[in-house]
Amino acid sequence: MSSSSKPLTERIETENGLVDLAAYQRAGGYDAARRVVTSMTPEEVQDLVKDANLRGRGGAGFPTGVKWSFVPKGDAAGPGHKYLVCNADEMEPGTFKDRYLLEYDPHLLVEGMIIGAYAIQADKAYVFMRGEYHEGFRQLSRAIDDAKAQGFLGSNVFGSDFSVDLGIHRSGGRYICGEETALLNALEGKRAQPRYKPPFPPASGAWGRPTIVNNVETLCNVPGILRHGAQWFQDLGNGDDAGTKLYGVSGRVNRPGLWELPIGTSIREIIEEHAGGMQAGYQLRGLLPGGASTDFLVEQHLDLPMDYGSIQAAGSRMGTGTMILMDDSICPVAMSVNLQHFFAQESCGFCTPCREGLPWLESLLIDIEEGRGNPGDLDVLSANASYIGAPGNTFCLHATGAMEPLNSALKYFREDFEAHIERGGCPYREGSA
Amino acid sequence: MAKISVDGVEFDAKEGENLLQAVLSAQLELPYFCWHPSLGSVGACRQCAVIQYADEEDTQGRLIMACMTPVADGMRVSLEAAHARDFRASVIEWLMENHPHDCPVCEEGGECHLQDMTVMSGHTARRYRGNKRTFENQYLGPFLNHEMNRCITCYRCVRYYQDYAGGTDLQAFGSRARMYFGREEAGVLENPFSGNLVEVCPTGVFTDKPFSKTYTRKWDLQSAPSVCAGCAVGCNTIPSERYGRLKRVHNRYNGSVNGYFLCDRGRYGFGYVNDDARIHKVGVRAADGVFDVISAEEGEEKLGDIVRDGAIGIGSPRASLESNLALKVLVGEENFCTGLSSAEDALMRLILDVYECGGARIPTLAQVEEADAVLILGEDVLNTAPRVALAVRQSVRNESLEMAEQAGIPLWQEAGVRSHGRESASPLLVASLLPTELDELATHTCNGAPESLAAAGFAIAHRLNSAYAAGEELDGPTQSFVDDAAAVLSRAKRPLVISGTSLRNDGLIKAAANIAWALKAQGCDAGLLLTAAEANSCGVGMLGGGVDLDTALRAAAAGQALVVLENDVTRRADPDLVASAFSGSTAVAVLDSLENATTESASLVLPAATFAESTGTFVNYEGRAQRFFEVFAATGETAPAWRWLSKAGARAGRNDMHWQHVDQVVEAVASHPRLVGVADAAPNGGHRNAAGNRVPRAPHRYSGRTAMNAGVNIHEPKTQVDEETPLSYSMEGAMGDQPAALTSYVWSPGWNSNQSVFKFQQEVGGAMAGGDPGVRMLDAEPAQVDFAQRYRPLQTPIGAEGDGRFKLLPTHSIFGSEELSGRSQPIAERGPQAFIVLGAAEAARLQVAEGMGVRCPELDATFAVRVEESLAEGLAVVAMGLGGLGDEVPSERVTLEPDPEFVPPTTLIARG
Amino acid sequence: MSEADQLIDVLTSEEVEAIEAEIAHLPDRESAAMEALQIVQANRGWVSDASLSAIARLLGMSAAALDSIATFYNLIFRQPVGRHVIMTCDSVSCFVMGCEKVHKAIEESLGVSPGETTEDGRYTLLPIVCLGACDRAPVIMIDDELHGDVAVEDVPAILERYP
Ligand SMILES: Cc1cc2nc3c(=O)[nH]c(=O)nc-3n(C[C@H](O)[C@H](O)[C@H](O)COP(=O)(O)O)c2cc1C
Ligand code: SF4
Ligand code: FES
Repeated sequence: MSSSSKPLTERIETENGLVDLAAYQRAGGYDAARRVVTSMTPEEVQDLVKDANLRGRGGAGFPTGVKWSFVPKGDAAGPGHKYLVCNADEMEPGTFKDRYLLEYDPHLLVEGMIIGAYAIQADKAYVFMRGEYHEGFRQLSRAIDDAKAQGFLGSNVFGSDFSVDLGIHRSGGRYICGEETALLNALEGKRAQPRYKPPFPPASGAWGRPTIVNNVETLCNVPGILRHGAQWFQDLGNGDDAGTKLYGVSGRVNRPGLWELPIGTSIREIIEEHAGGMQAGYQLRGLLPGGASTDFLVEQHLDLPMDYGSIQAAGSRMGTGTMILMDDSICPVAMSVNLQHFFAQESCGFCTPCREGLPWLESLLIDIEEGRGNPGDLDVLSANASYIGAPGNTFCLHATGAMEPLNSALKYFREDFEAHIERGGCPYREGSA
Repeated sequence: MAKISVDGVEFDAKEGENLLQAVLSAQLELPYFCWHPSLGSVGACRQCAVIQYADEEDTQGRLIMACMTPVADGMRVSLEAAHARDFRASVIEWLMENHPHDCPVCEEGGECHLQDMTVMSGHTARRYRGNKRTFENQYLGPFLNHEMNRCITCYRCVRYYQDYAGGTDLQAFGSRARMYFGREEAGVLENPFSGNLVEVCPTGVFTDKPFSKTYTRKWDLQSAPSVCAGCAVGCNTIPSERYGRLKRVHNRYNGSVNGYFLCDRGRYGFGYVNDDARIHKVGVRAADGVFDVISAEEGEEKLGDIVRDGAIGIGSPRASLESNLALKVLVGEENFCTGLSSAEDALMRLILDVYECGGARIPTLAQVEEADAVLILGEDVLNTAPRVALAVRQSVRNESLEMAEQAGIPLWQEAGVRSHGRESASPLLVASLLPTELDELATHTCNGAPESLAAAGFAIAHRLNSAYAAGEELDGPTQSFVDDAAAVLSRAKRPLVISGTSLRNDGLIKAAANIAWALKAQGCDAGLLLTAAEANSCGVGMLGGGVDLDTALRAAAAGQALVVLENDVTRRADPDLVASAFSGSTAVAVLDSLENATTESASLVLPAATFAESTGTFVNYEGRAQRFFEVFAATGETAPAWRWLSKAGARAGRNDMHWQHVDQVVEAVASHPRLVGVADAAPNGGHRNAAGNRVPRAPHRYSGRTAMNAGVNIHEPKTQVDEETPLSYSMEGAMGDQPAALTSYVWSPGWNSNQSVFKFQQEVGGAMAGGDPGVRMLDAEPAQVDFAQRYRPLQTPIGAEGDGRFKLLPTHSIFGSEELSGRSQPIAERGPQAFIVLGAAEAARLQVAEGMGVRCPELDATFAVRVEESLAEGLAVVAMGLGGLGDEVPSERVTLEPDPEFVPPTTLIARG
Repeated sequence: MSEADQLIDVLTSEEVEAIEAEIAHLPDRESAAMEALQIVQANRGWVSDASLSAIARLLGMSAAALDSIATFYNLIFRQPVGRHVIMTCDSVSCFVMGCEKVHKAIEESLGVSPGETTEDGRYTLLPIVCLGACDRAPVIMIDDELHGDVAVEDVPAILERYP
């Protein structure tokens, strides 16, 4: 593994597809894990990941090394297992980054998980994978078998006295399973309703035991850090944030796709250089920078670097880093209907604002879109959106996320909503936008 | 204690308690749905939102859910801030999207928590334009209606039913805005505490099915504080009446006894009060054997004649202390029998002896819940004292509560406690004749005949302290149960031993006492809970009799006159003995409320009031005397039995029995040394509240009083005056500052549902204001006795005798075993068919299998067979109270034979 | 019939074995609920009431409790489905790329609405949320195969591949 600028994807590019065990090892794979397990202390691993400033790639951006350090050590953990769980649920609309890693470089994840498990001294590890990810499941299963056969997983990993089992749990399919505490309930074979925090998973997670949940991309960054060091990782990033990021673009661009770029690459560069710019005849009106649950950004934000701080300062979130473009042929109200339909459908049904509020908003938006809107409807929409959208008002962040694209659509595309109500119909459908 | 500022006013609150509970305890108004004091907080409904300020500078604050927020000293919150109010109104608005506007036809209407919270939150106008979602409802059995369209998805039902009561057949299905709470398919809700859903559901999804047959609004019900007559636990109830019919029974909160929950026997077992078989007239048997109706005066006269020259009096464990005392006074101590079977009477004396030694604490149900290790020795509490089983179920949680405490999870953070503690459970050891429903929670179980269970018990005491004698040699599995029990119990801080009389075995009670005493001597806070069969078994035992039942019946057989008080003696004594008593006695006077085998054989029958039409006192298993009050006045000639007895006494020339008021009888009861405190069970008839008012039985909004009898007589009847109690038969008077024993209903401004009970508590979920009702009379200081030597093992297990005959042993069913509730229709519907349990070998020998029938010629009864691998040869277990059986099994061995004719009933339960 | 025989009567011995193998990795039997449902569904296409009760018994839980779990998830089918399940992504990227036209084309060519099965039992059509292949929107998934960049014209040929 050379000191690459694309630690996540370079092997895939070299192999032009699947990286199998041989290819992975040819590129130096598993050397880091072996060294970690045989010659480092868990604290050293945690410190290195902290120093590298790796932040969670699942959406929330929490520093990974810090999260790991919350797991109680030694006797303080009490008797029983500790768990490392990889969140491979990837159901955020517009997001297709983890799938890529799972399907093409599964050993990278396996190695990341061995190191992560060692760092928190977990003896059980699970990949919680979307049920629809059949290819990813096949590839990761094979990788796990191959790694096991090599003695990289199971008892006495790399001949050390550290042991860890790795298994895959395939989800029954619900967006909420991606929320880490709902994920734990799902992993336990229960209804995937979120859990209240505290207790936080590092203190009491799967089956009541200390548990760390990390995103696929997060864990895939770990082997590189262990191999090349914290400074190397820091230097990969463009701004305050460290490392590379898988950025993606979907929508009416010339080359929709996924690219590993220095974290902090600007939105404009991603869209114009990597995605090849807008298709002929389409203008960009807005974009959801990091999946369906992030606030719209517009033209004025295009030069922002895609990093946690800059996007947050602009009123949105980097989220998963896979952006969805709304071009000028798309009715913002219709797009809001689509988004709210998703969130209402995927509500787990536990708390009132989300369960009952989202379907109401969806039906109001449908009314507006179909020309049945009333003048007061926008006030109802925004009042509800603010009640539902404030973090803490709902039990988990599902509904909060649902309101981000709505609140911002009401802010940036208000005239579209008003036009629907005034004209009693959708200007886009009339073809007169 | 913490100081918190709520809208600028300072309150004291318990540090760490959840803010919602603290705010309600401070008597402030904050709406909520998903929270329940016994079920903790889960934060689902988001209704209890308030604003919390970081500090004095913070004017914005942030919205928090009070139920999920621990109280901290110096905390500043606002319930009134506009943003909090608006958010709470929004929550109602969201809930109302789909909630039907069917309040006028909804049985929850008028006592609906959702209505109350809607009004409190200020949401009035509908803005949602969509359709309401609809669901199919399910048939759930005879106890509950199901109307899913009304559901507001607060999750209380499943949290109560599954987490609290251990049921698995009520579940949450689906997700998003189509959550469905019901069964997998229509069918009877199996958990025997299902009726609490009526009170747990904050709206009208689960409503009381028998009640709905002749429905009345809460505000039109007349109610009185009462005590359940279903078993010896003595749960506090609120029975309600209209038009002379008892309509329903609700829970009456008592923080020491039943808390918020009743069992289904207690809630649905009152139907006999309205039964057609009620006796309302005085009857005297004519020469042709038929009863002639005579007047009340003639009845008194006749009863007076019968007792004038001396009579045997048989009392009753289901009659009040007052009626039992009246009979005792009438016939004299030496002629009075408690009415318990001879076997049970002996056990009751033993229990009193145990308690009077004072060697261990007698736990309240609240204390049962706090036990950190429980041993149940022989008693199938779910079926004999059901509410105890529900309390034991909570005790098992203590381990996970402790784990939560260590992990810093607040104990009210229900989901967190459960997901952290997982399956970890405090020890529960169940030694029983047959496997029991509690076994699923048990950490250790063992099955055996009563004598072996007793031997195990003695062995446990011996293991704890060798001064206590061990019994027989034990078999391997029993010995290991004993070893585990001794180890587990001696590690506990608050161990509890539970036994009782239902297996009619004194060894069990003695062994239980030994264990509790041995534990207590180790310095822990050991509890000993001994249950008896009926609501007043303990009371009548404390009153005591000069003769036992068999002796009394033999005296009658020899020609003595006999007075039977509310007791179908055929259930409690050998049938031949009863028959000879009835034929040999010069006269048999029976006072009872329902026709039964005993009233049928009487020469004089006097209509006795039920608990609902009389005032009296029951003493529960813990020696707690509790007063129940007349809900409505008896009609026709019906009168409380003590009144008949006292009038008859007067007719017979007795001058010590001129009792006009129940209080006078209570005073007479209190002259008994064991019952001195009994008057303190509730205020006497002279009690008035601070403003000089009585406590009304009817709520402020009681309607139709002037016209409710217009169908019979258009003239308004005179309002009935209650001469005896501090309650009034109307809405006149005042609710609010009465002692808890007089709380006839709960209602408070803005709180029309039962949730208003917190307004009557010292703190939410704590004791009732002024103290929980009832007075404990058996708490004794440790006596100067040699505890270790007092009860010694003396039993030899009964084995098969090789003659192919069977020793019958009793078992019980929550539905059907108890006499009066068993005659209530919904309970009868839930009761099993009469059954007999055989060991596998015996079943094979008789060539019968599960579901087939066997006959017992000696009992002239047929039973459905159940096979229980573990039951020893020569034993068979029959369910009491079913299939013509009473409360006792025959002492003689019986024969059993396969019954080829036997057809198991096709459906026990009618759908509809 | 013994308890084990009764189970096998409904579940195949291979299914029981596979479920037991999952249970072996977990702290308790109930934790294998989702795996067990998935195993049976993989074998039979859906989870019938009879299968559900048998699985519940195997896991030592009530059928109601298992159904509570099964009805929470999108991918457990409690009703029979056709030989092929077509899942059409209706989430935002596919929406932006005009998936509605594709969906309409599929519906018309099958003659069913979302949620329905064709009369010949060949296809069941279900909407699905984002399939994680947004760079190839519109996306559909048939059985476990993904089809990206689906245009209205492609629909007949794609459907043909699933007899
Ligand atoms: C509604 C909801 C859905 C989520 N879905 C995912 C997901 O599919 N994948 C993921 O990695 N994180 C998801 N998250 C974030 C996780 O809760 C969690 O923060 C993340 O897995 C932590 O991993 P990281 O620290 O490596 O980012 C979701 C969060 C919410 C509130
Ligand atoms: S916000 Fe509430 S209903 Fe929505 S997914 Fe989270 S817990 Fe469930
Ligand atoms: S009572 Fe607080 S959220 Fe329901």
